[in-house]
Amino acid sequence: MKLSKRIFTGLATASLAVTVTACGGSDTSGNFDDTVTVGILHSLSGTMAISESTLVDTEKMAIEEINAAGGVTVGGKSYKIKYIVEDGASDWPTFAEKSKKLIDQDGVPVVFGGWTSASRKAMLPVYESKDAFLYYPIQYEAQECSNNIFYTGATPNQQSEPATDFMYKRSPAAGGDFFLVGSDYVFPRTSNTITKAQVKQLGGKVVGEDYLPLGNTEVAPIISKIKVALPDGGIIINTLNGDQNVAFFKQIQDAGITPSNGYYVMNYSIAEEEISTIGPEFLEGHYGAWNYMMSIDTPASKKFAKSFKKRWGSDRVVADPQESAYNMVYLWKQAVEDAGTFDDNAVREALVGQTFDAPQGPVKVMENHHLSQTVRIGEINSKGGFTILEETGVVEPQAWNQKHPSSKGYACDWTDPKKGEKYRM
Amino acid sequence: MQLILESLFNGVAIGSVLLIAALGLAIVFGLMGVINLAHGELMMLGAYSTYITQLIFKQVSFLKPFYDSYVIVAIGIAFLVSGTVGILLERTVIRRLYGNPLETLLATWGVSLILQQFVRSVPLAYGSGLVIAIFIGLITPLFLSDDLLNGAKGRLIRACTWGMSALIGVATGGVLSSLVSKLGRASARNVDVTAPSWMRGGIDFLGSTYPKTRLLIILITLISVLVVIFFLDKTAWGLRIRAVTQNRSMSECLGISTEKVDIITFGIGSGIAGVAGVAVSLLGSVGPNVGVNYIVGCFMVVVLGGVGNLLGTILASFSIGIMTDLIGAGRLLTIWPDMPSPLASTVDFFATTSMARVMIFALIVLFLQFSPTGMFPQKGRMVES
Repeated sequence: MKLSKRIFTGLATASLAVTVTACGGSDTSGNFDDTVTVGILHSLSGTMAISESTLVDTEKMAIEEINAAGGVTVGGKSYKIKYIVEDGASDWPTFAEKSKKLIDQDGVPVVFGGWTSASRKAMLPVYESKDAFLYYPIQYEAQECSNNIFYTGATPNQQSEPATDFMYKRSPAAGGDFFLVGSDYVFPRTSNTITKAQVKQLGGKVVGEDYLPLGNTEVAPIISKIKVALPDGGIIINTLNGDQNVAFFKQIQDAGITPSNGYYVMNYSIAEEEISTIGPEFLEGHYGAWNYMMSIDTPASKKFAKSFKKRWGSDRVVADPQESAYNMVYLWKQAVEDAGTFDDNAVREALVGQTFDAPQGPVKVMENHHLSQTVRIGEINSKGGFTILEETGVVEPQAWNQKHPSSKGYACDWTDPKKGEKYRM
Repeated sequence: MQLILESLFNGVAIGSVLLIAALGLAIVFGLMGVINLAHGELMMLGAYSTYITQLIFKQVSFLKPFYDSYVIVAIGIAFLVSGTVGILLERTVIRRLYGNPLETLLATWGVSLILQQFVRSVPLAYGSGLVIAIFIGLITPLFLSDDLLNGAKGRLIRACTWGMSALIGVATGGVLSSLVSKLGRASARNVDVTAPSWMRGGIDFLGSTYPKTRLLIILITLISVLVVIFFLDKTAWGLRIRAVTQNRSMSECLGISTEKVDIITFGIGSGIAGVAGVAVSLLGSVGPNVGVNYIVGCFMVVVLGGVGNLLGTILASFSIGIMTDLIGAGRLLTIWPDMPSPLASTVDFFATTSMARVMIFALIVLFLQFSPTGMFPQKGRMVES
């Protein structure tokens, strides 16, 4: 039923397109003077495909929007954006290989791509050695600042730090002890190192932490540890990945670790998409922290959600990673237009300082190739969305975290040749 | 007291998940000597059956009042689904490879990949239709008299029954996909089984909370183990299975159809994997990779327990469960708080889920150094050995 409907809409659009071109005459390229091809590189197969394909959809939508509004104007000529989509296949070396292909063979001026930190780390040397440019849209653990990558997701000080602060000072469990749970890989471990330093500064106490090996869903030992460490409720910071969250939330609810018993979980990897998979009945009353939430009540946010649903189906949702992906396409377009060329070095210079009225509110590209953005804390509600409780002002990104012992006092600035990747402030 | 009770419960809870997952393998690997790497995927099929049953109970109006009991129905369905696929696997692949463990290992690994990709790229409704078609096709000849099935006429009748079951399968697939639109689309996304409300939450007893799903899983495991023991020890087919296990050619000489014994043994082992899938789906999410997460644990249990010994499998899974809880949850420190500091820091180091696994594997390796055939080695003269 659904399929036939889709085919039908597809046919309708196709016939419409035929009519339009027929009316427009023989000029197939429309009103554009030329075309420019960009690269899109995400996993379309393997375990990460579920998440990363939503980014491909969003990037395609942003490109279509830009084309509909007249494309990119460089040096008085209008360019239509075309794209080549490559599949990273959830396999990190493949990301590096496909990057090489996009840069050398297709000669694209920019690649939008990546999700996991592992895939980014695999691609980084390729972009650095070829002096090409990657736009990376995911909230991550920071502690990296490349001249050849532009990071549009949140750094820890734009997500976990305000969230920890909220939990310790203003949540119903304020002043309580912390327990940290995460999957066993780089993001949770780095994020928790920062959280531990911050909790210490705030005067709180971290009473336990545990990491679940990727793929393992037996959380019974972690639950017993939480019960011993936090007998009367407290704050749990959760950085578990993907479907391990399902096991975690199902089982803690059965064990009585619920908001009504005084246990509040703050999540860094659960957005609207994940809430619908896990089920709001398991998550209601817990918290999340993001830059963008679908429930933001502004015209820009509503328009973003509405166009996405219109383009890809009414049952689809938008979440923070998609918003970052959307922003980066527009920021690239602006930087190219300001630079007046597609040349990497000029675009890179023009990029810093760009501002954009994103669905989350105004964002600005900083000297360290990250974005300054707004942080929001939300409570998960029974409808599967966030009820926004708090909004910070615009927070500047720290590529080198100021609470992490190894990077305290360092910053990154690519506009000043003397400073560069990591300099002492 | 409360602490010991809680620790024991947790150990038994973890152990019973391992046990129900390994029980089917203990039968297939232990009694038949088949290294079935697709065992995890048979569990996955059981988990998906639970999901489909749940959706059907939610969507079909006359089943709605019985929604609360869907899990019990799902156990039966999962047993049949995984059993059917298991028998198909035995008839088409494993039967040709008896006595070649290495080839069996590779072939079943291939099958496991096929099954994983199957649930990713085929809509679940048509997948269920296919399983139903195979099930009916396999079962109809059992109801027809031998006269009908023999000779030239027999071939035609056999072909007709398969044709008929194929039609039924296609029809079921169509009906399912129109009833439940979610099942009509292929999706690689993990899905979720929500336990009915009476199974959510916990029971408070002596100051600690015991999750109801865990209690149910322990119950399912207990019943399955008892049924398997009863079947092997008290029924005629059980006796035949044990006879074939001990001496295949002698049993054949005495008129036991070893082919039938193989089918039944493999079918039951696979069916129990399906039941394990139901249990697993209550704990986490259901996805193509569900089986991969359990297969190593299953083999670990069977090897530690001693191949071909159910009692060993039971003891091995419970001891692994209790060890996981003792080490992983740092219970030793709670039980003995003023442990000397070098020992305490070692215990604390291993008190995380990742390190507890390392420790348990190390202990098992050490144990197998002293007792290479597991806790309960098989005694007596075996033809194969």
